[in-house]
Amino acid sequence: MQPVTRFRGKAVPLPVTDVDTDQIIPARFLKTIEKLGLGGNLFNDWRFLPDGSPNRDFVLNQPRAEDASILLAGDNFGCGSSREHAPWALLGFGFRAVVSTSFADIFRNNCLKNGLLPIQVDGATHSRLFQLAEEDHGLELTVDLASQELRLPGGSTVRFPIDRFSKQCLLEGGDQLSYIQQRMDVIVAYERSSPNLLSTLA
Amino acid sequence: MPKAAIDSTVVKQQRTLYEKVWDAHVVSHEPGSPAILYIDLHLVHEVTSPQAFQGLRDRGIGVRRPDRTQATMDHSIPTRDQALPILDAIAAKQVEQLRINCREFGVPLADLGDQAQGIVHVIGPELGLTRPGITVVCGDSHTSTHGAFGALAFGIGTTEVEHVLATQCLLQNRSKTCEVRFSGLPAAGVTAKDLILALISKIGIGGGTGYVFEYTGEAIRALSMEGRMTVCNMSIEGGARAGMVAPDDATFEFLADKPRSPKGADWDAAVARWRDLPTDEGAVYDRIVHLDASRLEPMVTWGTNPGMGVAISQPVPEPNGDLGVRKALDYMSIEPGKPLLGQPVDVVFIGSCTNSRISDLREAARLIQGRKVSPGVRMLVVPGSERVRAQAEAEGLADVFRQAGADWRAAGCSMCIAMNGDQLNAGQYCVSTSNRNFEGRQGKGGRTFLASPLTAAASAIQGAVADPRQFVVEGAR
Repeated sequence: MQPVTRFRGKAVPLPVTDVDTDQIIPARFLKTIEKLGLGGNLFNDWRFLPDGSPNRDFVLNQPRAEDASILLAGDNFGCGSSREHAPWALLGFGFRAVVSTSFADIFRNNCLKNGLLPIQVDGATHSRLFQLAEEDHGLELTVDLASQELRLPGGSTVRFPIDRFSKQCLLEGGDQLSYIQQRMDVIVAYERSSPNLLSTLA
Repeated sequence: MPKAAIDSTVVKQQRTLYEKVWDAHVVSHEPGSPAILYIDLHLVHEVTSPQAFQGLRDRGIGVRRPDRTQATMDHSIPTRDQALPILDAIAAKQVEQLRINCREFGVPLADLGDQAQGIVHVIGPELGLTRPGITVVCGDSHTSTHGAFGALAFGIGTTEVEHVLATQCLLQNRSKTCEVRFSGLPAAGVTAKDLILALISKIGIGGGTGYVFEYTGEAIRALSMEGRMTVCNMSIEGGARAGMVAPDDATFEFLADKPRSPKGADWDAAVARWRDLPTDEGAVYDRIVHLDASRLEPMVTWGTNPGMGVAISQPVPEPNGDLGVRKALDYMSIEPGKPLLGQPVDVVFIGSCTNSRISDLREAARLIQGRKVSPGVRMLVVPGSERVRAQAEAEGLADVFRQAGADWRAAGCSMCIAMNGDQLNAGQYCVSTSNRNFEGRQGKGGRTFLASPLTAAASAIQGAVADPRQFVVEGAR
């Protein structure tokens, strides 16, 4: 995973609440055994008309989505299935952060493990961002993970929450698995002290 | 409980079921970091595991505890004739990859044709692998199903699948607890599915985010284990991390004869431990939600998420300026202000990890026996596992469905997720016993009404959304 530190990017608004992972990446694209290559099908059924041509009414097909790296999303983004293909598809399209008032639990976890930053803001900030995005189709925001700040045009900043552990992993591009592996002696001791009556082997 | 917890937080005197299971599985918890949580049982399927196995290969490591790992295939497999080669080349490759991965890493696999094969959340309990007080994970959000046994069970992403394969542990933060109390007993025709749809309609699909639900109350105690699984299954649709039910005699009775359940003295010791799991008198939940089960009706969803549901006799809500409701009504192409009853349907689907167990099929068959599926309606009945299929055929249920004009299939996820060719066409309406009515979930452009197996069966007969209470159903719950 590449470290996530500070970046400036174009923000594109998707003002729909409760966007589920079936919309982010429909199930028929989950037959892949790869992580890469899903960006082309991000929001597939909203992005393309039945004949396969781009739906010009959908924001990701509009000029303002070109090179966008921040998705301004509605409340409760990423609900539904646990598919990690959802953050993989968002990253594949070029997004590096999603801004919302709330995220579904598993989706948030999956984002943090892939370097896609879930930025949670309050309702007032959320409304203001959507308003700014309507006024300026080239709206750019700066994300600074170290200071946990989202910088708006004009210089005002909004602080966002993130747990200390995930933040450190993102800043270093660190691997959470190695954290567990470094504590293998404690895991082995735990196993020795617990009776094991469960086996999947016949 | 097996051992004292090594936890930086103080272990409370009176604890909830969730807290007991959590405390017993914390391997270590360093300040400022999430806890390392031990996983007793890891279930694996073809869709969310290939990238995790590849990750192990890239790191040059193996599966640490194959004896705590069980794989099966369910999502992208055909349900028509499973002995034939899979026609979809990409699905075939994914299924073959699971075989290769299980062989290479020594993971037990319930393959197609094996009597243990089936939907991952149906086979765990059926094999006796799902047990009270254990931790269960799977790369599938409906892993919450296993909480019906008093297990802490939740869905994870593929990166976490890799973590568990590599270490048998996960990094986790403790959740808040929410008691969901169903007081009273439901009327005839009101089932476990209706209880959970009523809850999600009440709290909304993000209402449980950050919580683990514990379902309590008279209505939950009266449910069979299969009914409890239906309730816990859809905890995730309310946004909760997991859903749990305290184990009781019904739990022990269900597990007593399962193939992998402990035997003899081990069984007695296990039951003694399990009896200590229920929430202590005086333990405090972070939140309580209460529903009166005796006042509930059969539920049906009208919109594009599982929280958009109503009692079947009640009108579909007006948007009143709510853009989400407006968008859902447009997608579903239905009128607000009147009940869905009588809305013509094209397809009825009975199946999925929510409602594909033997009791679901028995209830539906009892209603449909001696009747015919309405002309023009396609009814698909897909058992949750090979064992359920065999049992349903032995009991004559499969014949009841076939004689009524329904299509009886082999085990798999089928039209719940529409990855295997079982799908709706654009614009079609379907009454479905599955768990998600998201746009296109059952096929691009398809429209889903979520309901119980009874409501699905009644709707198949009438060719339209129907109230199952008009059919005499004795003893159904």
